[in-house]
Amino acid sequence: MIPDLARADEPTTEPLHTPTIRELFVGFLTLGFTSFGGALPLARRAIVDQRRWLTAAEFTDLLGLCQFLPGGNVINLSVALGMRFHGWRGALAGILGFIAGPSLVVVGLGVLYEHTQDDPHVRHLFVGLAAAAAGLLISMAAKIVLPLRRDPAAAAVAALGFVAIAILRTPLLPTMLVLTPLGVAAAKRAARRNAGTVDNENKGAAR
Amino acid sequence: MTGTLATLAVIFAQLSLLAFGGGNTILPEMQRQVVDVHHWMPAREFSALFALAQAAPGPNMMIVTLVGWHVAGWAGMLVASIAKFGPSSLVTMAVLHGWDRFKDRPWRRIAQRGLVPVTAGLVAASALLIAKASDPNAIAWAITGVCAVLAFRTKIHPLWLLGAGSLIGLTGFGQF
Repeated sequence: MIPDLARADEPTTEPLHTPTIRELFVGFLTLGFTSFGGALPLARRAIVDQRRWLTAAEFTDLLGLCQFLPGGNVINLSVALGMRFHGWRGALAGILGFIAGPSLVVVGLGVLYEHTQDDPHVRHLFVGLAAAAAGLLISMAAKIVLPLRRDPAAAAVAALGFVAIAILRTPLLPTMLVLTPLGVAAAKRAARRNAGTVDNENKGAAR
Repeated sequence: MTGTLATLAVIFAQLSLLAFGGGNTILPEMQRQVVDVHHWMPAREFSALFALAQAAPGPNMMIVTLVGWHVAGWAGMLVASIAKFGPSSLVTMAVLHGWDRFKDRPWRRIAQRGLVPVTAGLVAASALLIAKASDPNAIAWAITGVCAVLAFRTKIHPLWLLGAGSLIGLTGFGQF
């Protein structure tokens, strides 16, 4: 049991494969059609384990960039991967592959919805579906908000953003122009405090 | 029509560049523009489209495609998609080569960390606004509450929760 697990975690020595533009398109098309409720875990499995386009470390590094920049993580990943292997043509193949399938599916569902929304059963079903989707969003918000409780300055910035957007309904651009510097100030303060703690600990250890 | 398409392009291009921390941060602004400013649909319909997009495969921002299609047909869908996915993709392409040079710089870490509370506040605002527009009655609030707790506490797949919520809704129980 234990040796098997250890072997599964070992990095495989199988060489990496450089995808062609066609493979990029097909790979992301498959991902787009098969990923429900968040594409990231599936993307990692397909890109690192199955298709071997990137090593695990390269994937994590590239994902770091995609999370830092605006836009969806996996959307950015499809662009970054395509760009890395085949320039702008690869980037276009990656993102088109990724959003083509879901776009058609979602418009199909939209047509269905518009034709049937006056039916009381469909209306009832949609109340349930929308309520469940709202619940998923609340859980996601809780997972991002709760870790902030140890950092009062960051929590205050989050609270300010919540009040501005949800209650005062201020436009997003000015809100972000005010909040981002405040968030950065809070992050600087936290970094300084952490550095201080580490210094103190080091001094303590030296003594 | 051209005016509507141009408006769609401007709205979604701006949202594209402001979507730090992923798509859910820009939902409130999208709702504000689509429902309050341009009156393209009532808030409840916006929530229904959001729910539809969540039930479909692929990236979680397919609501953009649906809004574009709802407002101006196939042309609207194309314009909204290009405006939403284009600008952020161009940024990704431009930054890709420099990433190795600045990813370990202190300012990059501070900037990323500084965006976390902003993202947190925005996603929390999204959750409240979408829940308010999605839940017309007590049974809907109950579904929202139970789904939120289950999704937070367990690793149950979101599709099961969406399916169960739809089925409970379909029975019409508690709805008038």
